[in-house]
Amino acid sequence: MPRRTPAAPGEDHSSTAQAEARRALRDAVIVGGNRIPFARAGGTYADAGNKDMLTAALDGLVARFGLQGERLGEVVAGSVLKHSRDFNLTRECVLGSALSPTTPAYDLQQACATGLEAVVSVSNKIRLGQIESGVAGGTDTISDAPIAVSEGLRHAILKASQAKTLSARLKAFAAVRPGDLAPAAPRTDEPRTGLSMGEHQALTTARWGISREDQDAVALASHQNLAAAYEAGFFDDLVTPFRGLARDQNLRADTSAEKLGSLKPAFGTSLPTPATMTAGNSTPLTDGASVVLLASRDWADEHDLPVLARVVDAETAAVDYVHGHDGLLMAPAHAVPRLLARAGLSLDDLDFVEIHEAFASTVLTTLAAWEDDEYCRTELGLDGALGSVDRSRLNVVGSSLAAGHPFAATGGRIVATAAKLVAARAAETGQVSRALVSVCAAGGLGVAALIESVPGDTTTTDATADGGRR
Amino acid sequence: MSDGYISLVNGGLGAKVAKTLGLPRPSVLRRFTEGAPLTAGPVLVLGATTGTGEDSDILAQLLMSTGFAAADLEVHRTVVGTEHVPWGAVVLVLTEVTHPDDLSAPALDLASTLRSLAPGGRVVTVSRTATADDAPAVAAARQGVEGLLRSVAKELRGGATANGVVLTDDVDLAAPSVGAALRFLLSAKSAYVDGQTLTVGSAAGSAVDWSSPLDGRVAVVTGAARGIGAAIAETLARDGARVVVVDVPAAGESLAAVANRIKGTALQLDITAPDAGERIIEHAVSRHGSIDIVVHNAGITRDKLLANMTPEKWDAVLAVNLAAQLRIDDALMRSEHFTDAPRIVSLASTSGIAGNRGQTNYATSKAGVIGMVRSTGRLMAKVDGTANAVAPGFIETEMTARMPFATREVARRLSSVQQGGLPIDVAEAVAFLAGPAAGGINGTTLRVCGQNMVGA
Repeated sequence: MPRRTPAAPGEDHSSTAQAEARRALRDAVIVGGNRIPFARAGGTYADAGNKDMLTAALDGLVARFGLQGERLGEVVAGSVLKHSRDFNLTRECVLGSALSPTTPAYDLQQACATGLEAVVSVSNKIRLGQIESGVAGGTDTISDAPIAVSEGLRHAILKASQAKTLSARLKAFAAVRPGDLAPAAPRTDEPRTGLSMGEHQALTTARWGISREDQDAVALASHQNLAAAYEAGFFDDLVTPFRGLARDQNLRADTSAEKLGSLKPAFGTSLPTPATMTAGNSTPLTDGASVVLLASRDWADEHDLPVLARVVDAETAAVDYVHGHDGLLMAPAHAVPRLLARAGLSLDDLDFVEIHEAFASTVLTTLAAWEDDEYCRTELGLDGALGSVDRSRLNVVGSSLAAGHPFAATGGRIVATAAKLVAARAAETGQVSRALVSVCAAGGLGVAALIESVPGDTTTTDATADGGRR
Repeated sequence: MSDGYISLVNGGLGAKVAKTLGLPRPSVLRRFTEGAPLTAGPVLVLGATTGTGEDSDILAQLLMSTGFAAADLEVHRTVVGTEHVPWGAVVLVLTEVTHPDDLSAPALDLASTLRSLAPGGRVVTVSRTATADDAPAVAAARQGVEGLLRSVAKELRGGATANGVVLTDDVDLAAPSVGAALRFLLSAKSAYVDGQTLTVGSAAGSAVDWSSPLDGRVAVVTGAARGIGAAIAETLARDGARVVVVDVPAAGESLAAVANRIKGTALQLDITAPDAGERIIEHAVSRHGSIDIVVHNAGITRDKLLANMTPEKWDAVLAVNLAAQLRIDDALMRSEHFTDAPRIVSLASTSGIAGNRGQTNYATSKAGVIGMVRSTGRLMAKVDGTANAVAPGFIETEMTARMPFATREVARRLSSVQQGGLPIDVAEAVAFLAGPAAGGINGTTLRVCGQNMVGA
């Protein structure tokens, strides 16, 4: 009997009713995905904005699945670093794509979990029967990040724009001081602590005593797994090149433990403990976009599209990293046990575990937390340790460290990958195959989702052996 | 990519200068546009005065039949009166010749019409194949037709071309592919086909709606991300086919653009993968319900003089241009899905016919393609299928744009139409051979080279 301990005891009484309600819903299936290769900040996509990248990701998806002129139920995507002119970004991208202009769209934002939250939103609408098909995705660019002006200059501009006379306009600008002319560069620091994400994670890393060697090993595996997957053609139907880039720019197929070990620490250098986090075992800032095509089974069948997997369930968690004692990126440690409990599953029931590598140590602290009896009891409200993750199931085709991490685009990348992995495993074994997707996010947020292969549904030609031409 | 010389010599001062200096004056070729008439003017059907003369009547009837062309095609049997000139086309029916003497009258009849052939006009001969089984005089007369049409092709100007339809002895004039071949050669779709013969070897093939000849067919085009492959995909889609475009993953961006333009699906795939054939079939059948046409367009060049050839360069070219096609064809012919009068069209090259300095590997692979379709065609006939090749000559693409200037200029002007062809010209030939009506044309290679001097 797997452990199932809801985090909040007050919700206990309703769990059976909830489970039944979920069963009554129809499936939201994952048809496939598409992304553009992820580029290093200031690299190949330096001149491409979010709109260009998300439109390219959409157009690649349309081409892969023959959706030209198709009206989809909804397209949901977003970006973390967004220009104010991109207020209706996703809808604009739909209009610029080969999809029907009658496809509705909206923007969503939940920091690094944006893409995964979009998948949850679209699949929930499909499960409820509100839409038959949808695209979830995300895009982010560091290279083309919006730059805000100083508060002083901003006030002056606003005042001047409201001024009726030239002298009033000039007067408004007279208040501007030289210091106000420096732009406010985009920051990923946490507004409440002023610490960067890396510095936050450095605190967590130190607290859990995660070694440099272990972090470098995670990073090395990420590069090796991603390179091997590209070589094997795994990404042939997941990635469409963009602006001449055909593979993730951050991928270092030839990296080694020695090379990673030679890098200088980048975060936690002012802490009393040894600094272990380097540019090699931390995710680089990246540009890119990804999308996932979701649908009801009927819609997929009617359109002769493959069904890779279904979105079973999802759980979001948040930690009080400001006043509490959990690290900024530890929310997935809370979300996953709640998600598994609801599904009646343990970590051992998962064939694939896809944990977003914000930093190698994020993955390692999360794994350590689940193995820690006391933490699981006191912080997660479990009976004891959640268990350990079989490393051979972890990020098997590479993850953020090697691929890069354009914030909102990461969820789509992982979900499409996970769906393909479980479909292939199920086809091979004939058994149901499951993948856990876990993404941490700024603000102490974390989103986890469960992806499962769909029994009896294959994408082989046998499915259409009746020869009917449609 | 653009041939500025053509526009230069086709207007104003440029035309005058070119004429005075005796420079080649290539014409702007007549190309297919929706709704345009089949020919540039009325069609004159001339026949041999020997035999029963029935064949020319049958051909004239065929041209006037509703299934053949737009209802308003004007067909004449004599040159009496000149109110009909300029002629859009002259069809010379020589199927009944039994002696070289029989060629004299029709050849001279044709001669009298050449000066009144419209720009973009057509001369098409219809004759029988000369084989060793024929009496010497019959074989001589039949073979003579080839010399006649090839020389006429070289004399024609103004974008006019001369080609031949050749029937084997057992094929009736009413066979679907005879009309289809004649239609193709008369039309603007054969703009860059010149001095060539199309051999109809069987009565296979079925009539089609010419406004949408590939309606309901599912086609796969490899190497479709750009150039000739993209033009083929667009042309097959124009003709009504659902098209799967295939190219290597690295070319995925332009591949997706092609797919979205033609409402097809993109399949990123390296065709040298061992399971490429199976993956192509799986994609086409699961997404579109069938697979009926496969166009092997993907190809690479790794040019080097043989003396400097490396194993990598040799092997890569043979692997992509030939071995991959063989493996995919094997999978197709094993598949139960590739049985509804399927079509294979491979891209050969005039380099594979004439050879080309520095292209031993490429020419070997392309000559191999010519041999391959001959044999594959025989195997395909069992399921009413065909395998044919199209051999492009100098086509204006990104590849030829990279040639040195002088070499490129010479290559362009060496053909009878004094210019390079466009990707669409190759695509039209592929679409013709991929159509249901071309079932009687099997195992052959059609050159689309403007009768280039190199390549025989």
